[in-house]
Amino acid sequence: MTDVRPGAVGLPGAAVHLRPDPYDPFDAALMMLEGRQNVSRREFIKGVIASGVAVSGAAYFAGCTGPAPAPLGGGVERLISLNVNGQVRRVDVLPGETLAMTLRYKLGLTGTKLGCDRGECGACTVLIDDVAQYSCSILTHRVRGLEVTTVEGLESPSGELHPVQQAFIDELGPQCGFCTPGQVMSAVALLKANPNPTREEARAAMAGNLCRCGAYDHYLNGIMRAAREA
Amino acid sequence: MLKDMMPHVELFQPADMDNALALMGRFGSDGWALAGGHDSLAWFKDRGKRPSALIDLAGISELLGIRETSDGIEIGAMTTLTEIELHPMIRERFGLLADAARCVASPQIRNSGTIGGNVCQDTRCWYYRLGVGCYRAGGNTCYADTPEAMNREHCLFGADRCVAVTPSDTAPALIALDATMVIRNGQGEREVEAEDFFMSPGVDITRMTVLNPDDLLTTIRIPNIWAGAHFYFEKVADRNTWDFALVSVAAAMKVSGNRIQDARIACGGVECVPKRLVGVERLLKGSLLTEETADAAGAAAIRGAKPLNYNHFKIPLMENLVKRAVRSA
Repeated sequence: MTDVRPGAVGLPGAAVHLRPDPYDPFDAALMMLEGRQNVSRREFIKGVIASGVAVSGAAYFAGCTGPAPAPLGGGVERLISLNVNGQVRRVDVLPGETLAMTLRYKLGLTGTKLGCDRGECGACTVLIDDVAQYSCSILTHRVRGLEVTTVEGLESPSGELHPVQQAFIDELGPQCGFCTPGQVMSAVALLKANPNPTREEARAAMAGNLCRCGAYDHYLNGIMRAAREA
Repeated sequence: MLKDMMPHVELFQPADMDNALALMGRFGSDGWALAGGHDSLAWFKDRGKRPSALIDLAGISELLGIRETSDGIEIGAMTTLTEIELHPMIRERFGLLADAARCVASPQIRNSGTIGGNVCQDTRCWYYRLGVGCYRAGGNTCYADTPEAMNREHCLFGADRCVAVTPSDTAPALIALDATMVIRNGQGEREVEAEDFFMSPGVDITRMTVLNPDDLLTTIRIPNIWAGAHFYFEKVADRNTWDFALVSVAAAMKVSGNRIQDARIACGGVECVPKRLVGVERLLKGSLLTEETADAAGAAAIRGAKPLNYNHFKIPLMENLVKRAVRSA
């Protein structure tokens, strides 16, 4: 995250507004491919090692706290208030930061999982004004003034689980459990909009959440149970 | 390809159109209009596109909502696909668009994905998405049209250096409904028919629509011409959720008794732009609703198709979808 060189490096003939980062392995690879002299083999390898070693949690963390170039002026304020699980919290948010990053690495709400970080798995599903959304694919700045609910915000003040959570336990929904917070949030959104869904409606509403353990039927049983018991 | 997080970028959240247009003009091709963000954020995370400033359109109220006009409806470009899918007026008059919106991606993506973003999204050709220097990226090669290339999802028609296809599900429906796109920039407003909104590679290979860097798609107008007609939408994809169409068909037909009075029909997934089937429409107009008509329509639809190595299957697929559309009337 250091020296951001201006210049027209990129794919052959590609759009010229790219700003290559020599410590970004992909950029470094491109620069090498193009025969640029300003990135040494050592820099390239350093870049690859740095990101390769830190590829899981630490890389996420660095990505949302690292130094950023000075703003161009007129853009968003970084220090904002977010309404998460009924609490208003002040948080320093980068302009390009996604909600999943803010929730997990700024607010410590690690119940929200990051699976693919591309809106292709559903693990990061949260409620925004009671609507299920992928928190990896929405900028945090966009939810200012809206109510964000994560899986941590579901249990009652007395510590009782949400009916959907309890029903998922009763129906053995989670196996490995990684997709479960997202499944719970999608199910809660469904039951808020449609308290008595048919199994087919529930299936359609849950279509945006993958489960690699294949426990789809268990989750559906859980939703139908939660709808009956709520 | 390396998968990474959001790079640094400036973010602007204008509250009205004037400010948004000023920002679009100021940043030009360094700026990026952000709608639902699903296509955009993936590009940024993959470093495939690197704008210096994002212009978030979510705060502009005039881009939201569905309104009735004297001769039809207009839909703000930032209206979500879920809202379109569920809107009573659209379901009643233009069920074709509601059906198409329901087929997009996944429920969560439809909850924040917008109609404007859906028609403006970039193509899914994975060679291009990988960030290679193909024609579309400004280079001088097409990686998808070589003897070894995996091009099962690529085009049958209109290849011109690029063989990518349009990914939008709502675009064929909008063309079948004879919609008009309203585009605005700092100089003023212009209207473009939905059919002419999409850019073929032969004209400008580096963009998918007629939008210039300082243009915003503000509104989509649908005239009442096809309100309440018989509609048929079908999308065939490898998966029912998330996936893009291998081939999709959107048809609007006016039928009286046993005769097709008029028809408008378009296919997605077979060309770089949504393909309007003018020949099929001409054939259907005035024809009797018979199996022979359906066969003739299917045969006319695939006339001139030029398959690549791995997408021959799209020809009978497209033929059958057009036949089904006709049979459904």
